[in-house]
Amino acid sequence: MSGAAGPGRVTPDAGGPAVAATPEAAARVRRRRHGSAAATLVLVVLAAIWFFPIYYMLIDAFKPGYDLLTYPPQLWPAHWTLSNFQEAFTVNGAGPTVPQPSFLSSLFISVMVSLIVVVFSVGISLFAALATARFNFRGRSVMLVALLVAYMVPFTSLLIPIFIELNKFGMIGTVPALIIAYVAPVLPFTVWTLRGFVASVPVDIEEAALTDGCSRLSAFRKVIFPLIAPGLVATAIFAFILAWNDFAFANIILGNSGSIFGGQAETATVWLVGLINPSRVTPWGELFAASLIFTLPVMLFFLTFQRRIAAGLTAGAVKG
Amino acid sequence: MATVEYRHATCTYPGMGSPAVASLDLAVDDGELMVLVGPSGSGKSTALRMLAGLEMVTSGEILIGGRVVTGAPPKARDIAMVFQSYALYPHLTVRDNLAFPLKQKRVPRQERDQLVEEAARMLEIEEMLDRRPRQLSGGQRQRVAMGRAIVRRPQVFLMDEPLSNLDAKLRVQTRAEIAALQRRLGVTTVYVTHDQVEAMTLGQRVAVLRDGVLQQCDTPRRLYEHPCNVFVAGFVGSPAMNLDRVPFDGTAVRVGDQSVPVPGQAAAAARRAGLTEVVLGLRPDALVVAGDAGADGTPHLSGVVQLVEDTGSDAWVHVEIPSRVPLRVVCRADSRRLPTPGDAVPLAVRAAEAHLFDPAGGERLGG
Ligand SMILES: Nc1ncnc2c1ncn2[C@@H]1O[C@H](COP(=O)(O)OP(=O)(O)OP(=O)(O)O)[C@@H](O)[C@H]1O
Ligand SMILES: [Mg+2]
Repeated sequence: MSGAAGPGRVTPDAGGPAVAATPEAAARVRRRRHGSAAATLVLVVLAAIWFFPIYYMLIDAFKPGYDLLTYPPQLWPAHWTLSNFQEAFTVNGAGPTVPQPSFLSSLFISVMVSLIVVVFSVGISLFAALATARFNFRGRSVMLVALLVAYMVPFTSLLIPIFIELNKFGMIGTVPALIIAYVAPVLPFTVWTLRGFVASVPVDIEEAALTDGCSRLSAFRKVIFPLIAPGLVATAIFAFILAWNDFAFANIILGNSGSIFGGQAETATVWLVGLINPSRVTPWGELFAASLIFTLPVMLFFLTFQRRIAAGLTAGAVKG
Repeated sequence: MATVEYRHATCTYPGMGSPAVASLDLAVDDGELMVLVGPSGSGKSTALRMLAGLEMVTSGEILIGGRVVTGAPPKARDIAMVFQSYALYPHLTVRDNLAFPLKQKRVPRQERDQLVEEAARMLEIEEMLDRRPRQLSGGQRQRVAMGRAIVRRPQVFLMDEPLSNLDAKLRVQTRAEIAALQRRLGVTTVYVTHDQVEAMTLGQRVAVLRDGVLQQCDTPRRLYEHPCNVFVAGFVGSPAMNLDRVPFDGTAVRVGDQSVPVPGQAAAAARRAGLTEVVLGLRPDALVVAGDAGADGTPHLSGVVQLVEDTGSDAWVHVEIPSRVPLRVVCRADSRRLPTPGDAVPLAVRAAEAHLFDPAGGERLGG
């Protein structure tokens, strides 16, 4: 699945040499050029709007405290420092009144919760996708429609109902509760996405593997699994990002009162917000440095796997 | 190598009233190429899939090489299947596609490479070994699918309409290649097609199915000359046999205003059954538009030309024979002297080649 010929690679010049045979054709080529130039401009502007906060976070993380609040803001740091990072890892943000776990431990909770969410949501939805794509059973379409409806409900609006449910089980403030709260709303999307991938693998191919000497299990492992791998990656990323970036659920369901392994537990997003405390001056440098560290894994991941992710998100939709 | 045998093999899909394949009894000899043919939905694919182990056998038995394999999974049957869609593994190169069945059998690497090369050479796909299936044309994919089947030297080849995605010319060419390959390898083969021309040219024997029931299993020649019922008679041969219900007087049938004597055996059988009406079957070849009356074989019938189909080598003429219920028949004509629609033409009947069928059950009358 190299995706070398994927749509992402098509450049405006992809039509080959721009030697137009007729004046009309030349005009058409010119119009297309103009069209794509305008589109590019719009994209550049949009990208700039999107990237500015990230850029600002990046440079502010390296500014010393006295440069952070200058007006007009420095778009390029006059002085560079790493002290913000040092502090992020040593100082407990919430100040003397509210004891708070360290940034490192909150990062650990975020990583752990996100990975467990990935494992559960991908695992469960893989089985659900196989079942609904390959087997016909009573209530299958009802189940699929129900999932679709659930998928249409905005994620955040599920917060209160999920909170109430978990509260009945006395689970509020625990890490497993947060994991459940993430896995449940993620499943509709991951099941539907994976189902598309499984359904796009013709049954013939599976049967060919069986007649070529595979057992059901090895047919899955050697033929179906590689073909739906992009879908597994796509759904894994979706689940990871959702759990990693979320603040609302983490704040309400786990808060900063949770405990794990005897220590206090909160996710990195909650920890970051905890730095902003009305009872004292906000440590902006520390906040930006910690935010940068928090964003880094996701950004690096996306930059590395960009093309594959795009391929994975679109591949299931078209029959190959 | 291996024989294949169906014994009262039945397959009923869950929730279906009638079986898709009903009590099939069929034996394929070692090294034979058996073709299953029939119209769409007649149960050919189901019969093949039962043999492959991809479909549950509801009752009856299936034997490969004398061994009962009724409940065995596909991998325990030592068969190789070529699918209509080719079902190549899209994520593997052609080389790995060919090597796949060998890997499952844990053939050592060196031997595996050698077998893959050999199969690729046999099918002339050596230059494509490092490509992916999506980089191949339909015909090339078909070859790879064949290659994947032969590389392992299984006991039985199963092919489900392997040529139906090819264009007409390539289909004819590949058909000949499959026949040659099968003869060369001598592997027992069950080949499914809905194309009766393909069935007749490929099959050493041909089994005709209809609604899940085996109608007749015979050599192509025998099927053509002695169809066991009206269905087989109409299905085999192109253009189709002319089949018309006509009055019968004990020795001859009445077509239009003419009396056509029919073969003695058939007439006797019809007499024994006390029939006054029979279904008369005449191949277009046995009904020739005669330029001049006479020559060889007396023209018995006369009719009016409705339509002329000239394929170049052959010409077929649709003729209407006036009668109480006008009969429309297809006849052969000399393509160098074609009649035109509206012409009245004499038709020479080769009465010895007439087939008679019971109008009630459609069974053949006489030998
Ligand atoms: N999975 C299935 N479930 C239920 N019925 C089926 C299934 N597969 C096939 N059938 C039915 O079984 C009968 C035989 O189907 P089969 O596919 O064997 O026909 P075929 O002779 O191969 O036809 P074709 O030439 O169109 O491929 C048909 O009536 C079909 O509708
Ligand atoms: Mg079929």
